[in-house]
Amino acid sequence: MINGIRRIGSRGIDTIWRAGAMARFFWLVLLNSGMSFRRLHLTVREIYFAGVMSLVIIMVSGLFVGMVLGLQGFETLQKYGAEETMGVLVALSLVRELGPVVTALLFASRAGSAITAEIGLMKATEQLKAMDMMAIDPIARVVAPRFWAGVISMPILAALFSAMGIFGGYIVAVAVVGIDPGVFWANMQSAVDFRYDVWNGIIKSIAFGIAVSIIATFEGFDADPTAEGVSRATTRTVVTSALTVLAIDLILTAFMIRGL
Amino acid sequence: MDRKTIDLWVGIFLMLGFGALLFLALKVGNLGSERTGDVYTVEARFENIGGLKLKAPVKSAGVLVGRVTDIRLDADKFQAVATLSLDKRFGFPKDTGASILTSGLLGEVYIGLEAGGDDKKLAQGDRITITQSAVVLERLIGQFMFNKAAEGPDKK
Repeated sequence: MINGIRRIGSRGIDTIWRAGAMARFFWLVLLNSGMSFRRLHLTVREIYFAGVMSLVIIMVSGLFVGMVLGLQGFETLQKYGAEETMGVLVALSLVRELGPVVTALLFASRAGSAITAEIGLMKATEQLKAMDMMAIDPIARVVAPRFWAGVISMPILAALFSAMGIFGGYIVAVAVVGIDPGVFWANMQSAVDFRYDVWNGIIKSIAFGIAVSIIATFEGFDADPTAEGVSRATTRTVVTSALTVLAIDLILTAFMIRGL
Repeated sequence: MDRKTIDLWVGIFLMLGFGALLFLALKVGNLGSERTGDVYTVEARFENIGGLKLKAPVKSAGVLVGRVTDIRLDADKFQAVATLSLDKRFGFPKDTGASILTSGLLGEVYIGLEAGGDDKKLAQGDRITITQSAVVLERLIGQFMFNKAAEGPDKK
């Protein structure tokens, strides 16, 4: 009994300690970001690994998600004779929600886990310590470029995901269902507002980019310097990122939704 | 992987990203096509606008000719004042009528214009005087029930 309470207490203290450590780590990364912009090639290299290498999975997933949305939407809209508003359904659900959220989840598992494993392994092989000995700040040299690369890549990937998804919806609507292309675009354009829908989606994807990148770098930096520690840190990155992204999404949506 | 290849790929990546953003902004979000130069605004007063919303379409003979840009309440007469911005290409006669309609049973609410026969055209800032308010379903049902009740119970 007492032991059970004790375990809950230690879990609670540990969680709060990690949250505080992550906040301090975030602040340190921001303070030491000068180098990632002065020596831009460091960041560009990480954009290549985090962003460019995720292009294929993001674009293919986007296309498929858009096509599925189109088919599923058609099934329901048809009952009300409103299948011509399929473009609205596809575009709004992608731009507002699915684009940023699914991209963030894919990004966390594709790029976030790689960042954690890389930094964790650097720590396990004492490369970070070696840098410290040479008076190179590992946060400025290793962590900050990866963080900024993630923050820059996320909105771009999310926009690509949404664009590909709308294209997929267009293929289903025009080629499979037989909706007139002009009607498809006209309905979409009259329903999607740039500031309210597209811009809010971009804001979401930037917030997710910050969250996923800071979690991935923190877990790598905080990993136990063993093979097991790195593997556990990688798992934690994916789980924590997914939960954090969905929680932030709920909060942001609650703030952004109109007429509440 | 040398630096030049990486730079090239990141450049392609960034350009793709901006292309996608541009696509979302222009083709999907319809930003930029709402120019204010080639429209004129007219006012229409209604007793009741029902479910009319901002940016609702204004149609004439089923064709989109403009949008509702403002809805407010006249505090003296307690009438709703809707501002319609119409495309300059379409000149409507002065005695054009405006009515609030719904496309389909569950469709969107829009304003339908029926052109009259006047020689003079509507100009910027004019008021449409012939208007027909929205049909409120509850009132319609209420009236129907009232009429039924007035008929008496003996008649079938």
